[in-house]
Amino acid sequence: MTLLEVRDLSVTFTRSGQQPVRAVDGVTFDVAAGQSVGIVGESGSGKSVTSLAVMGLLPSRGVSVGGTVTLDGNELTSMDQRELRDVRGRDVAMIFQDPMTSLNPVVTNGKQLVEVLTRHAGLSKGEAKTEAEQLLRRVGIPDPVRRLGEYPHQLSGGMRQRVMIAIAIACRPKLLIADEPTTALDVTIQAQILDLLRTLVAESGCGMIMITHDLGVVAGLCDDVHVMYSGRIVESAGTKDLFARPSHPYTDGLLQSIPRIDDDDPADLLHTIPGSARDTVAWDRGCAFQPRCERAVAECLSGPPAVTELGTPIVPHPVRCLRPVGEDVSLHEGNVAR
Amino acid sequence: MLRFIVRRLLLLVPILLGLSVLLFAWVRALPGGPAQALLGERATPEAVAAIESQLGLDRPLWEQYLQFLGRAVRLDFGASLQTGQPVIDEMLRRFPATIELAVAALLIAVCVGIPLGYLAARRYGTWVDSLAVTGSLLGVTIPIFFLAYLLKYVFSVELGWLPTAGRADPRARAEHPTGFYVLDGIITGNLDASWDAIQHLILPAVALASIPLAVIVRITRASVLNVVNEDYVRTAEAKGLLPGTITRRHVLKNAMLPVTTVIGLQLGVLLAGAVLTETVFAFAGVGKFMADAIVQRDFPTIQGFILVIAVVYVVINMIVDLVYGLLDPRVRVS
Repeated sequence: MTLLEVRDLSVTFTRSGQQPVRAVDGVTFDVAAGQSVGIVGESGSGKSVTSLAVMGLLPSRGVSVGGTVTLDGNELTSMDQRELRDVRGRDVAMIFQDPMTSLNPVVTNGKQLVEVLTRHAGLSKGEAKTEAEQLLRRVGIPDPVRRLGEYPHQLSGGMRQRVMIAIAIACRPKLLIADEPTTALDVTIQAQILDLLRTLVAESGCGMIMITHDLGVVAGLCDDVHVMYSGRIVESAGTKDLFARPSHPYTDGLLQSIPRIDDDDPADLLHTIPGSARDTVAWDRGCAFQPRCERAVAECLSGPPAVTELGTPIVPHPVRCLRPVGEDVSLHEGNVAR
Repeated sequence: MLRFIVRRLLLLVPILLGLSVLLFAWVRALPGGPAQALLGERATPEAVAAIESQLGLDRPLWEQYLQFLGRAVRLDFGASLQTGQPVIDEMLRRFPATIELAVAALLIAVCVGIPLGYLAARRYGTWVDSLAVTGSLLGVTIPIFFLAYLLKYVFSVELGWLPTAGRADPRARAEHPTGFYVLDGIITGNLDASWDAIQHLILPAVALASIPLAVIVRITRASVLNVVNEDYVRTAEAKGLLPGTITRRHVLKNAMLPVTTVIGLQLGVLLAGAVLTETVFAFAGVGKFMADAIVQRDFPTIQGFILVIAVVYVVINMIVDLVYGLLDPRVRVS
């Protein structure tokens, strides 16, 4: 059953005297209960803005949001802030990137955990404290009673992220949004945190959106993946399918850019995608990835590229590209682009 | 905690020693020396010599310094040249008035400044914000004595709402067991006297509060603007907390940290400002006594005043640091 439906979501930032910036454009995806969905993209691709839009956390001034977000049959995009406050923390919870700055430094860990329980779960302070202890134990924090009385700076980065996760799962949300939850942590701790998230999702049956730029995280955790580029989803597929058959040149480039431990020739340079995310084209003029694309042809700049369905109705694999990788359909025979 | 207090108090020793050297040197550097300064330009050499031997000024410098130091340690700064009474007694008698004034001014500055600064930050870029910023700029730029005369002219002379000078109506009969007039009225059950004292306090306190108020508005505004963009405030919003909880627990608690420091520092400004304000309003506190002492070249009083203010300043800063530790667990002393 579909838990979250995002339909044609767009976010535009407007500033007086400046051109409006469309950070997210026509984003559509679903999350089912118990399913983990990855959103992958580089900085500025719009993945974090997408998650903030789902939470209704974007500032009201200078931002316009289009499209709909529906959670469990309730349309979030038509709710006012008062209604959204009841949903946030209870039905949808979020884990942020940097546990060093995402916890309030002058409030104890316990209070930061208890406040969400007393707000949404209708618990008294005493009950919430007992529950908070249980939660810390669940996320693998030893000696929870002591930790509850301590402040965030007395915990390591990994421990703080565990506290953030405990806060997020406190009210048993239907949907968990993790915005690069491991980026600020070192590698061994990353693995532990991902393990913990995987276990929690499996146990609770909630849906999860994993926002990351790390394809390794996606491979280990997600069922479906959406690759974003310059505000749009350019390729969507099941995780195995995507890794086996990357079809958008951008996805392909990303996968090739991962260093391989079994690379025979150490003299081989690591593959890179030329240019940077700033070398872009407005989507209504053509493909935003065109300036950096090795497969680009003249048609790529004639209007927004259509979506090609490479999968089946049951196992879809849509790609927003005229010349997907591995497809032999060449638009112009004999046109050697580069 | 105790170790921290003791360490801070020990730090007073080098500060006061340094200050005592400066004060000692300053008196000796008066034109013609302190004896000449005391007696005036046309004093006879015999009279100057007599005073010098009376004050011990004919002894070697190090001996004079040690003597000065020995007395200062016992709070003996000599007799005031204005009244002939020991300086320390004169100051103790006047300190309650100054403290009362400074506390009133600080209360005004804090109670108006913090809400106004918060409001300006939340209404960032609107007319409320511009008004607060412009007003605080005026507050720091207008000289205290000018503002004091302006207030006095408008509210006492023209409108006649408030008394022009003094700490209490001279016709009123009131007892003063503590020297804090507002408190005295409450203690002795004479609420009319308290009310009278408050009316006398308002104008000088407002004048004195102008600079700290302006500074507190600016710091609160800047600090709140900083904190509302912090990740943990976004976390609090993502938790669906009520706006009141977010403001109190997550915004204000953090935004108040720099404000606390500034309030402590402003107490020093208040003591200095008291010299001007008390003079304009003939408010019989230490500040006015000090201003008179400067005019009269009453250097024992000036020396004593400066030393006492230095101690007060260090103690206030220590208290601020302790309060800071209470507010911010990260700097809490173990």
